[in-house]
Amino acid sequence: MRRRRWPVADPNTTPYVGRAMKRIEDPRLIRGEGTYTDDLRLPGMVHAAILRSPHAHARIRKIDTTAAKAIPGVVAVLTGADVNASCGLVPCAAAIPDLKAPKHTVLAGDRVYFVGHAVAVAVASDPYIARDAIEAIDVDYDPLPVVTNAEDAVKIGSPLTHPDLGSNVAYTHNVSGGGNIDEAFRKADRIVKHRLYHQRLTPMPIEPRGVVASYHTGEGTLTLWTATQIPHLIRTLLPGMIGVPENKMRIVAPEVGGGFGAKLNVYPEEALIAHLAMRLHTPVKWIESRRDNAAATIHGRDQVGEYEVAVKNDGTILGLKSKTIADLGSYLQLLTPAVPTLTGLVLTGCYTIPAVKMEIVGVYTNKMATDAYRGAGRPEATYLIERLMDVVAQELKIDRLDLRLKHFPAPGDFPFPTSCGLVYDSGNYAAALTKAKQLANWDQLLKDRAAARAAGKLSGIGVSTYVEICAMGPSKAMPAGGWEWGCVRMEISAKVTVITGVSPHGQGQETTFAQIVADRVGVPIEDVVILHGDTSVAHYGRDTYGSRGTAVGGTAIVMCIDKMIAKAKTLAAHLFETTSDHVVFENGRFTSPGVTNRVITWPELAGEFYVAKNLPPGLEPGLEASSFFEPQNFTFPFGTHICAVDLDRDTGHVKITKYVAVDDCGPQINPLIVEGQVQGGIAHSIGQVLFEQTIYNEDGQLVTGEFMDYAIPRAHDIPDYILGSTVTPSPINPLGVKGVGEAGTIGATPAIANAVMDALEPLGITHMNLPMTPEKVWQAIKTKT
Amino acid sequence: MFPAHFDYVRPATVEEAVKLLAKHGDDAKLLTGGHSLIPAMKLRLARPQVVVDIGRIANLSYIRETGGAIAIGAMTTHADIEASKTLRDKSPLLAETASHIGDAQVRNKGTIGGSLVHADPAADYPASILALDAEIDVVGPRGKRTIKAVDFFVDLLQSAVAADEIVTEIRVPATAKTVAYVKTEQKASGFALAGAAVVIGPGGVRVGITGVAATAYRAAGVEKALAGQTSLTPDLIARASAQAAAGVDALGDIHASPEFRAHLAQVNTRRAIEKALTRA
Ligand SMILES: Cc1cc2nc3c(=O)[nH]c(=O)nc-3n(C[C@H](O)[C@H](O)[C@H](O)COP(=O)(O)OP(=O)(O)OC[C@H]3O[C@@H](n4cnc5c(N)ncnc54)[C@H](O)[C@@H]3O)c2cc1C
Repeated sequence: MRRRRWPVADPNTTPYVGRAMKRIEDPRLIRGEGTYTDDLRLPGMVHAAILRSPHAHARIRKIDTTAAKAIPGVVAVLTGADVNASCGLVPCAAAIPDLKAPKHTVLAGDRVYFVGHAVAVAVASDPYIARDAIEAIDVDYDPLPVVTNAEDAVKIGSPLTHPDLGSNVAYTHNVSGGGNIDEAFRKADRIVKHRLYHQRLTPMPIEPRGVVASYHTGEGTLTLWTATQIPHLIRTLLPGMIGVPENKMRIVAPEVGGGFGAKLNVYPEEALIAHLAMRLHTPVKWIESRRDNAAATIHGRDQVGEYEVAVKNDGTILGLKSKTIADLGSYLQLLTPAVPTLTGLVLTGCYTIPAVKMEIVGVYTNKMATDAYRGAGRPEATYLIERLMDVVAQELKIDRLDLRLKHFPAPGDFPFPTSCGLVYDSGNYAAALTKAKQLANWDQLLKDRAAARAAGKLSGIGVSTYVEICAMGPSKAMPAGGWEWGCVRMEISAKVTVITGVSPHGQGQETTFAQIVADRVGVPIEDVVILHGDTSVAHYGRDTYGSRGTAVGGTAIVMCIDKMIAKAKTLAAHLFETTSDHVVFENGRFTSPGVTNRVITWPELAGEFYVAKNLPPGLEPGLEASSFFEPQNFTFPFGTHICAVDLDRDTGHVKITKYVAVDDCGPQINPLIVEGQVQGGIAHSIGQVLFEQTIYNEDGQLVTGEFMDYAIPRAHDIPDYILGSTVTPSPINPLGVKGVGEAGTIGATPAIANAVMDALEPLGITHMNLPMTPEKVWQAIKTKT
Repeated sequence: MFPAHFDYVRPATVEEAVKLLAKHGDDAKLLTGGHSLIPAMKLRLARPQVVVDIGRIANLSYIRETGGAIAIGAMTTHADIEASKTLRDKSPLLAETASHIGDAQVRNKGTIGGSLVHADPAADYPASILALDAEIDVVGPRGKRTIKAVDFFVDLLQSAVAADEIVTEIRVPATAKTVAYVKTEQKASGFALAGAAVVIGPGGVRVGITGVAATAYRAAGVEKALAGQTSLTPDLIARASAQAAAGVDALGDIHASPEFRAHLAQVNTRRAIEKALTRA
């Protein structure tokens, strides 16, 4: 049994901020009382099923829908020819110069480009009949040559994913920064080279996608419920697709069961189901099956890179070159081509590396699109720099921690400009490393490893010191703006209604925001309600991704509260017959020491604001404020993860014997939620390093299309974590918070991989692709013994 | 995931069920725990016209000692087998094996009869059924017959039970205590990549292997190498276990190559023998 580490706070005591409180949203979810998209039932609602391509690349000669249409209960059977003109093109928001982009229609035109490509849709009175109907559609395919490997796809003579584009290369993106890279490599004593592969991953949220659309013909208004992280971005982008104006469109993200980036997208089905509701004059529901989720919801990673580090013999790193081929799949989803470029932003990790050069080649293959998946670009960067640090240390025979420490910027170096063009806000990297070593009992760990090795065991220790980019972000760096909006209203009953433009779906902001508000406003936390995920309630927002919720969305709310309190002080001053500057607000009480002994509390004040009979001239009734917060920079959380492993020589099985993570995400609003986020992130990394992989065979068939073949981490794969933190506030927002949604998975992947490689080091094994499955480990051991 | 249309009938007795099977022939499928059949139906890989639910027939779920054997009703769930004191005290191999199947939900619904008839090449029970030299009773239009474990698993997803027959009882020896089941899980499904079940008794050592080939099998090479040996030394065990996949056409897929499956069969056989010996 796992120890309970957190004393859970008594919800009736303040301050709330900083306390390990259980999540307000959990009881309804645990009891099965949450309303997910599939729980919605509207009068007259019909059900859609989508026929998907069994071929990775084929020309469609003919589609015959006659038999499907004849099935009793079938309402409509439609193909690309019927709907594409009314549904616009699926948007890609990434601004990459000279990007070659295929036209991405909601249903296939005359070709299919990947297994799972939507070909036709059937709508019926129940989902069983809809499923029968798509089986009855007869599609005559002419299979075409397929390319599934990005490195093959760039070779001359490769089959073309999109023959009309003339090449599989979508773009080539060069980044260089800092000093002169050629000079760095000339001055080097040694050039360390390494090749790394980030396998393709399937996000597999436990709730697949789903959409319900309802169109009010008389009003011309559309309501779309969709399992998404980004209701507001959809409201920005969908009008251009289906021709319903933004102000007649309401997007609702109900309870959303996991996203991890997979639901940070505008998908063909969102336009298609909306169109069907408009076309058929009745509400339409579509729920993705697990197989369709694996095949037609975005995948992550799938990059292969060649890296070169220019070093002096004393370990000084002079420069870093990287050449990455990124497999984009066959189409561009919302951020597909941008994700690999994010890698370029944190290539240097938490180190002073004077010169960098990166070339990224984005490549089309006959597979599902890749896009932002948990950490998006940063896990790739962290994995490569942290593996490289170990490889360099090993080649130069210097201590890997010393090598890292040598290249850390000092706490006084912040704000720290990097060669990749960012300015890290704040940090104390050595402090996190020191704390992690303490928690891991580092010296003992080294002794244990030595003893295990002496006994013939394969035992390893891995370290990763990481920095990542959160609180996305300054609008100038974000395709559709990076600000956040919020609104705080005190009702006449003195209850507080908070509306946020972020769209939490597991991050716990119904709790953390309530903690912030209850403290700042001085009301009991039960009196605070956080509303989100409905564009008719939260009029504006930029939603949830890139660990932005609390740092950007939380700040907008703090700004609202400050405005609301300022307004309240004006009225209090009026009631005290003094001026605002003589009003003191503390713990929900307004006083005016020296002027009067009277105390005004929120209920009294809220009542006055709404009955509005005694307001000073010029003061508007109502007690509500809204704000947009524009961050001036990203935030840069960091930390150190340490992992110890034992390998089973006979079976290749990797057992994690110790896992320590020290993360610095700034001040913690709720340490219990921080821990939950870190735990989940590390679990993702355990999956990525040890077993998860999306596999297409040479014909482009998806072999890992369900949970029988795609391994996700389960409870028994997770070791007992030892978690700690340091607190370095960010100067970018008044809460000082940085963000923690992706830290776990960014820091953990290299720590675990480095541990496995460390265990194999005595055998002279220096390279292994992810995932490091038992069979790969066994094969590697076998070839060396 | 929506299955194709089917009719549903729920007979009250085995005799009635046998009649229904005779009537509907290949169009009918028996349903007990549903944990193999229903997933296949949802993926539309199985499309029975008629589902004959025998899950509620009385008196087919029991574990009791009869003579020198323990008799297990075909509809006994994995959870009941795992928890059975009779099995744990007298013949613990099936209980240990059941604890490796799926998760609690699967064990609460899935039945031993369903698992055996389904004959999944990676299911857990088959290895133990073989090592225990169990007997399986079936009832059909021609009456009742008993199938020996070695004759039960015919091919991939194919058992010796005819489409019109129903498994009613499984019998295992009541005295097999020096036993063990060691399994390497397929990481995604949790089924066996290679599972080795071992029964060590006065008559010698019996080894059943699952997950490795199209059907579970008795590791004849291992059994032969250990036959007549009075002292099972680590060295002897290792040499014998190396025969665990000898002459076997091992399966290969994205989860393990044939070579790795065969290797795991050897390792798990060795480990199972060593573990069984600690329970002597
Ligand atoms: C998520 C999951 C994980 C699993 N993991 C494992 C695992 O790790 N190891 C493992 O071994 N198994 C595993 N299983 C399979 C599980 O053990 C099944 O329960 C079992 O294989 C079938 O038993 P059932 O009672 O559910 O049979 P059903 O699904 O009802 O039937 C299976 C087949 O047997 C036939 N049948 C059923 N009962 C009889 C009978 N009495 N006589 C004749 N024919 C009959 C049916 O017609 C059908 O063809 C897993 C299943 C799931 C869903």
